[in-house]
Amino acid sequence: MDLTWSAEERAFRHEARAWLTAHVPRPALPSGDTAEGFAAHLEWERALFDARWSAVSWPSRFGGRDASLWEWLIFEEEYYRADAPQRVTQNGIFLLAPSIFEFGTPEQQERILPRMAAARDLWAQGWSEPGAGSDLAAITSRAERDDPAGGWRLHGQKTWTTRGAFCTHLFGLFRTDPAAERHRGLTYFLVDLRSPGVEVRGFERLDGDEGFAEVFFDEAFVPDDGVANGAGVLGGVGEGWRVAMATTGSERGLTLRSPGRFLAAAERLVELYQSRPDPARRNQVVQAWVNAYAYQLFTLQQVTAIADGKQPGAESSLNKLFWSELDVRLHETAMDLLGPDGEANGPWPKGFLFSLAGPIYAGTNEVQRNVVAERLLGLPRTGR
Amino acid sequence: MRFALDEAAEALRDATADVLRGYSPGGDAAGTWDKLAGVGVLGTLVPEDQGGLGLDENALVPVLEEIGYSGLPGPAAETIAFAAPLLAGAGLGTAGGGLIAVRAGDGDLIPYGMEAPRLVMDYMVYEQGQLVLEEVPALDPLRPLARVLEVRGAGVQLGAPEGTAWQRGVLGTAALLCGLSRRMLDMTVEYVKRREQYGVPVGSFQAVKHALADAHVAVEFARPAVLAAGWDLSQAAESPIDPVGVAKILASDAARLVARTAIQCHGAMGYTTEYDLHLFAKRVWALAPSWGDADWHRARVATHLGV
Repeated sequence: MDLTWSAEERAFRHEARAWLTAHVPRPALPSGDTAEGFAAHLEWERALFDARWSAVSWPSRFGGRDASLWEWLIFEEEYYRADAPQRVTQNGIFLLAPSIFEFGTPEQQERILPRMAAARDLWAQGWSEPGAGSDLAAITSRAERDDPAGGWRLHGQKTWTTRGAFCTHLFGLFRTDPAAERHRGLTYFLVDLRSPGVEVRGFERLDGDEGFAEVFFDEAFVPDDGVANGAGVLGGVGEGWRVAMATTGSERGLTLRSPGRFLAAAERLVELYQSRPDPARRNQVVQAWVNAYAYQLFTLQQVTAIADGKQPGAESSLNKLFWSELDVRLHETAMDLLGPDGEANGPWPKGFLFSLAGPIYAGTNEVQRNVVAERLLGLPRTGR
Repeated sequence: MRFALDEAAEALRDATADVLRGYSPGGDAAGTWDKLAGVGVLGTLVPEDQGGLGLDENALVPVLEEIGYSGLPGPAAETIAFAAPLLAGAGLGTAGGGLIAVRAGDGDLIPYGMEAPRLVMDYMVYEQGQLVLEEVPALDPLRPLARVLEVRGAGVQLGAPEGTAWQRGVLGTAALLCGLSRRMLDMTVEYVKRREQYGVPVGSFQAVKHALADAHVAVEFARPAVLAAGWDLSQAAESPIDPVGVAKILASDAARLVARTAIQCHGAMGYTTEYDLHLFAKRVWALAPSWGDADWHRARVATHLGV
């Protein structure tokens, strides 16, 4: 056991803190899940990229810093501690990129990753469909081969696509083998949303932002040689499920929600309590802080295991259950402290509404509990 | 940064687990303690020149987790974590001195007070015979309780309230609770895989799966906090955040959740004394409130946080 940071890691933290202190915009930007706010966030993303903070763990040739997972955790702690803007590039950098590193061709990596890090290409996730939410293998959107044109034609509809109305690209699953069922015969596509035959329609989320979109595909063309525009197949035709599972593993686990986010929120809750003490709520405040701290310790243990060459796998469902539930309780506690003042909109009510999405996105917590029970505890797999 | 057991801690944990595999609830506890003493477990924190292993709290946590898992009765945290190093530090005994009962300051009951050769009360150590004790009926049938009626001899002063020794006692109790939680969860998983109702294993029902998944999450997020608190104590540095209190909060709450879930998922089988589950649950209900219950430690953490 050694729970101390090395001199290099402390220097890395110091550098990140100094840069963030000097550059985090004040006052805070409007929500990145609105058209106006998204544009402001793009400027921030490009500032991050110019200083090589947008994807610290990536190789430097793609715009990163070759940072270790430990340094990535440190950067995340400093990022949320500084109350820096939400990452509107998150679905690309944290969810798609790990799959491109694992399954992408060298050309896909060279073409797609630097533009993603620089917030030139903005990636939306295209998993859910009107009839396929938690049950991802029920998707019906399909891709048909167009040999004369040298590519694929997409048909169907994706929905609940976060920031879809503001993004330039989409990654998602489409059926390429009409005879195959469920998780077979799927292919992972990278799509330029500006292509003919693609229509994107934004709609409002529970929190009032136009953060969702429906995406309609009507013979939208994905050329085989479209990599210069970020389009193509990732990981081979018919391999979609395997590639997608790698991505959802990242999403549930560590890379989507680092402990820094919750530690910072817990610190702000402590400050809220100090400004509005309510002894009846004190234990809830302490427990929110304790849970954020416990999540940090769990991830330190997990990153040690990863550094030793172990893959987290189904364990990422433990992360997802814990951070999403702690986040809801933390924000409920803040709302309790605000009392009647919580009706006036502001960062806490906004955060509360957003926290309610946590147990739903990235695979509902009901599905995660099934994963924990079946794959970690070994209980029988059955119908739902 | 490296969050994993060192080789010495792993080796002692494995040696402890090897001995404990020979124990089942209601079995030969005294003989098992003798074997554990033979491996050196009682002197985990005692310096080598006094016959101990000279290890630190990083080795203590996994040892006590294994003892918790086994259900072995006896003042485990009291002896190994709290009293043995305290007595050795005061020149009052070596690792070979056997079990030590402790009144930890949570009330007037002393677990195993009639059985242990020595007792520590109010940071004073007494030999059996220097105190007049009466037995008090206990919730946990394998954890008999005693109350002091009269003090007949002069004890020897040791340590101070809420110092390092006391923190080790809290830490050790948290580790025992994690082990008990893991055991009840393992028993329940095995049970719901075998027990059939409506023609299928009850473990195939989502209502059962989800309850056990939540219990598993609670345990797996408590265990790193207990390990980290051990590391923090081993560094003997002033910590701003009371990691030992955090560990006890998480371990106590997790163990109570697991006990409740385990009994519920066993159905009526869980509500008998013919099946061992009740022994583990009763140990949890005894240990969760001792050495400061979760709310008591939340109040202390609150002070550290400034709320």
